Amino acid sequence: MLIELHDLRKRYNLGQPNEAEVLHGLDLRVQRGEFLALMGPSGSGKSTLLNILGLLERMTEGDYRLLGDSVRGLSDAELTLRRRSALGFVFQFHHLLPAFTALENVTLPALMHAGRVSAQANARARELLDAVGLAAALHKRPSELSGGMQQRVAIARALVMDPPLVLADEPTGNLDTASSDDVFALLRRIHAERGTAFIVVTHDPRLAARCDRLVELVDGRIARDEPVAQLSPVAPPR
Amino acid sequence: MRRYWPGFEWQVAWRFLREGRMQTLLIIVGVAAGVAVVAYISALIDGLQANTLAKTLGAQAHISLRAPEDMVAPAARLEAGTAMLSDTQPRAQRLRSVANWQALLPVLQATPGVAAVSPMVSGAGLALRGEAALAIALMGVELERYDRIVNLRSKVVAGRASLQPGEAIIGRELAADLGLRVGDRLTLRTGLVSDSARVTALVDLGVKDLNRRTVIVPLRAAQNLQGLPGGATHLDLTVTDVWAAQALADSLRRQHPLRVESWQESNAQLVSALNAQSVSTTIIRAVVLVVVVLGIASVLVVSVVQKGREIGILRAMGATRGQMQRIFLLQGAVVGALGSLLGIALAVALVWAFTTFVRGSDGLPLFAITVPVPTALRVALIATLCGVLAAVAPARRAAAMDPAQAIRM
Repeated sequence: MLIELHDLRKRYNLGQPNEAEVLHGLDLRVQRGEFLALMGPSGSGKSTLLNILGLLERMTEGDYRLLGDSVRGLSDAELTLRRRSALGFVFQFHHLLPAFTALENVTLPALMHAGRVSAQANARARELLDAVGLAAALHKRPSELSGGMQQRVAIARALVMDPPLVLADEPTGNLDTASSDDVFALLRRIHAERGTAFIVVTHDPRLAARCDRLVELVDGRIARDEPVAQLSPVAPPR
Repeated sequence: MRRYWPGFEWQVAWRFLREGRMQTLLIIVGVAAGVAVVAYISALIDGLQANTLAKTLGAQAHISLRAPEDMVAPAARLEAGTAMLSDTQPRAQRLRSVANWQALLPVLQATPGVAAVSPMVSGAGLALRGEAALAIALMGVELERYDRIVNLRSKVVAGRASLQPGEAIIGRELAADLGLRVGDRLTLRTGLVSDSARVTALVDLGVKDLNRRTVIVPLRAAQNLQGLPGGATHLDLTVTDVWAAQALADSLRRQHPLRVESWQESNAQLVSALNAQSVSTTIIRAVVLVVVVLGIASVLVVSVVQKGREIGILRAMGATRGQMQRIFLLQGAVVGALGSLLGIALAVALVWAFTTFVRGSDGLPLFAITVPVPTALRVALIATLCGVLAAVAPARRAAAMDPAQAIRM
């Protein structure tokens, strides 16, 4: 099992008069290799849930098991190391480092991990950039790339350490329709080829319909959790 | 176990600095200006003090030992309960020899920290030539020993220093006043004793008043003229560390029943002035370094805010708090180090400008100043450390940033 949430709650401003619970006892299980869409109106708690799944925020109550291990009570350093090894992130606004080239952005996680970029990591980054169609833009800075191309670099970066799960927060939210379709098709292709699990937050029902499973949050509760029937079966996990 | 190389921190720190090019350049120039001021002021004050000390100590011993003062013997103690009214006139001080100085000489010579010892007979007299008669300070020395005290040979401006029987070395102004040249003879008189001597050299002791009064003759000749056969009124010492002279003088004072005076005691005002100068320089340097620290810190604080989103994404990707801290500490160190290099170069240029364009009335440089390599290294190291110190607060702030919030910035 990749992710198991049990009665997960998140409250902000604990002990304050304005204390508010935004996630009300969520139960969720995600298998390795799933391609899951997370939908919901603004303020439903999608981003908070994604941050908790990404170990960027801590839950207030309940349990969260990532790859079978509970993350409750882990120190900040331990959470950071798990984030590094188990998770990849793709954000709406690409969040590439502007001072680094496309290739350098993709090798950053390897550099962060070992203090140097091994020939193997470099080859893998090139291979990923080639896979996302950016073989000719290795040495270009983000400012020299279009929005769609930047998002492709971000996807390659999320995959370079070969994590079992990629969390994507509105990965196409900042792109035009054509680029959006391209990027989403790319995510599906990577999923099919590598068996990487994806949890994609999206507002776009058209894109959600291209996922395998749809989880809808409303007011901090799971209002719907069902397979998206019309899609082709998912490739088996590696 | 494989050692971790902070290549990630270096890469990110360097790219962050390169990215904010103008900001980085301005703060490096700011650090350079601070370092240049500190290094230049250090060089200037060191040069000035070394020059002042060299001039002051060039014509005097570091420590001088003399016979104790002549005292009036105190009246016998009265019985308890008896009052006494006393009015004692101090005795006039006559020239006296340091008792048993010949035996004391090797003892002093063997004292740790003492570089040279020289006996001297020093007293007043008259120099006569023709109808001219001038008051002089007559000094009798052994040339070889005295040369090690004041480096007399280096002060010769005419002739060749020699003090064979019947020879004398005199100050340049005195020679002018008496119309003497090297090879001429003059008469020396003290009380009722007269002697004549041939001038072998004229010296410039660095102070005109000294040049106008000084006559140096062989020790034996001065003993005869001053009526102190076999005596020595002073034992002059030079020490290896001029600033240790006071401690050594205090130690000698405890060991020997003599009047011991260090150069610091005989130049108390000068020492006070030098100390005040050193304290002022230290304050200026400290203020400049504080300004440098604040300058670097303010730029890095702004950088942390500007780079909030990048910090968030790096943290999300798995950068530890320690790595984020080191990225900003390294930026501080790089700014400090580059500013130091530029600052030292600037200081060297300022020193060159000072020695080239600032001249005395004689057309020569006022005094020699340099930026010694150890000083440059020390200033550079301190500035680099200041850079790191300045980066501590921004680095902690960067490390403490909540990645989830930072990404949303």
